[in-house]
Amino acid sequence: MTSIEPGTAVRRQARSARGWITAGWGVLGVLVVLLLWEAYKFLGPAEGVTIGAVDGESGSGVMILPRTHDRAMPHIWDMVGRLFEPTSGGSTPPLFVSVISAALVTLGIAAVGWLIGVLVGGLLGLLMQRWKLVEWGLLPWIVLSQIIPLIAFAPVVNAIGNQIDRSGTPWPQWLSVAVIASYLAFFPVAIGVLKGLEAPDRIHLDLMRSYAAGYWPTLRSLRLPASVPYLLPALRLAAANAVLGAVVAEVSIGMRGGIGRMLIQLAGQASSDPAAPWGPTFGSIVLGLIAAGSVAIIGLTLSRYRRGEATA
Amino acid sequence: MTTATTPIPVTDLAVKASGVGKIFPTKAGEVTALTDVELEVAAGEFVSLIGPSGCGKSTLLRLIADLDQATSGELTIFGKPARRARIDQDYGIAFQQSGLLPWRTVGDNIALPLELHRVGKAARAARVAELTELVGLTEFADRYPDQLSGGMQQRVAIARSLAARPKLLLMDEPFGALDEMTREYLQGELTRIAAETGAAVVFVTHSIPEAVFLSDRVVVMSPRPGRITDVIVTELGDVRDESLRETPAYFEKVTAVREALHGTKVERANER
Repeated sequence: MTSIEPGTAVRRQARSARGWITAGWGVLGVLVVLLLWEAYKFLGPAEGVTIGAVDGESGSGVMILPRTHDRAMPHIWDMVGRLFEPTSGGSTPPLFVSVISAALVTLGIAAVGWLIGVLVGGLLGLLMQRWKLVEWGLLPWIVLSQIIPLIAFAPVVNAIGNQIDRSGTPWPQWLSVAVIASYLAFFPVAIGVLKGLEAPDRIHLDLMRSYAAGYWPTLRSLRLPASVPYLLPALRLAAANAVLGAVVAEVSIGMRGGIGRMLIQLAGQASSDPAAPWGPTFGSIVLGLIAAGSVAIIGLTLSRYRRGEATA
Repeated sequence: MTTATTPIPVTDLAVKASGVGKIFPTKAGEVTALTDVELEVAAGEFVSLIGPSGCGKSTLLRLIADLDQATSGELTIFGKPARRARIDQDYGIAFQQSGLLPWRTVGDNIALPLELHRVGKAARAARVAELTELVGLTEFADRYPDQLSGGMQQRVAIARSLAARPKLLLMDEPFGALDEMTREYLQGELTRIAAETGAAVVFVTHSIPEAVFLSDRVVVMSPRPGRITDVIVTELGDVRDESLRETPAYFEKVTAVREALHGTKVERANER
């Protein structure tokens, strides 16, 4: 038996054990979802359950349980198997290759949207923290802005983009998608920066005043570092929002090449090829995870500003 | 011709307050936090402000620090207005909470005031080394605040308040949140540090023994409205060590301060 040095070795062991347990719960969660899907498909009626249907009138009544036949709910192994078959028959590349390349296009656009959103949101947060009057005037509008449905807003951005493009300044369609994505991404950042910059305790602000430190030194040495625990969740939310925004924007302005467009296209053929739309669906889930995960990496580099934060 | 060689001091007073008052406007009307404060603290002198909650002792300290502004009277620090003294970094300050920045190491926390005033890296490192030694935390310079005990954090806060070599230290119940053992130990340390640096100290406390043990003079304050009611000179000499806590002279002054606080002579059991 080897003697274990108390302290770091034990702690490290405990931490890695905790990591495995967390991962285990994650895998278990996914398995449960898969199991529920197959269990319902096995037990549920093929045509679902509809109440109040009028005979001879198709589409009448309210469906309270979905259909379970293979066109409505393909088996999970069929969805996975479909990934390795040609995208649209013949000698086209396998579906997963098309999904990956479409996902990369969307990821790039979402990243640009995220960056614009972070810059705009950060600037708004800074201004609102600096001048209370700006906060009073701006914050209600910022909250209100998020109520406008993206579907209504996207064509407007697209039309403006086209107009700019026609007037000489090149404005590719993906830029419109990125701007729409940033519209969803800026919101959590603006709120997070505002909350974070106001996080320092009174005593810290008093100290900075006693050092005769003005606005900028206080911002650099106190407010910005203190805002990190608020900033990271905001950036993560912004990343997820940017992906969501990019996918929806692609669909609503009809941009080709991204995963949103692919999703709509394959969903349209679902009656003859029901497993196909699940390919881009999985793709967009992975996309969201990658986007949120990239922000977690930013969080690791800032770990020293997160001391005292509860380890969660 | 000897007069020419004698340096004329700008002022021998670290703090001079005459007729200082402070009124806070609140929703329920104006609240008089301080009224007609007359106080002089000589250079190198240790003065405690003591009194019940609401007597304005912390408010007075904040006025001296220019964290708040007096509504009446005149307040000068080394002969300058409080605002000028703050900008010139004439004082160092410590509070009941250490107020260390959790993302900075002990050394970087102590260096913060120097960093903000563009002191060079080498000079900063040298000063941090001096100060960590002064407060006995040399081995802890690279630790983070959450790795230290409350007493150690407070020592770091004191070191930080000394960073810019101020001639005046302002302390607002710096040992208020510590246990009695640590508290007595740090009181001894503080008298030593104050003597070594030659700085004047204005020390807010609500502990009578603490005020007597540390101070040259104890300023007794009373609330509604906050004002100075008594000043007691301790005359306990320059050496403040543990044995002082057992001497009759010390007990006598503790009693004197207690009586001043209560406003009447306190009855002793054997005199009843």
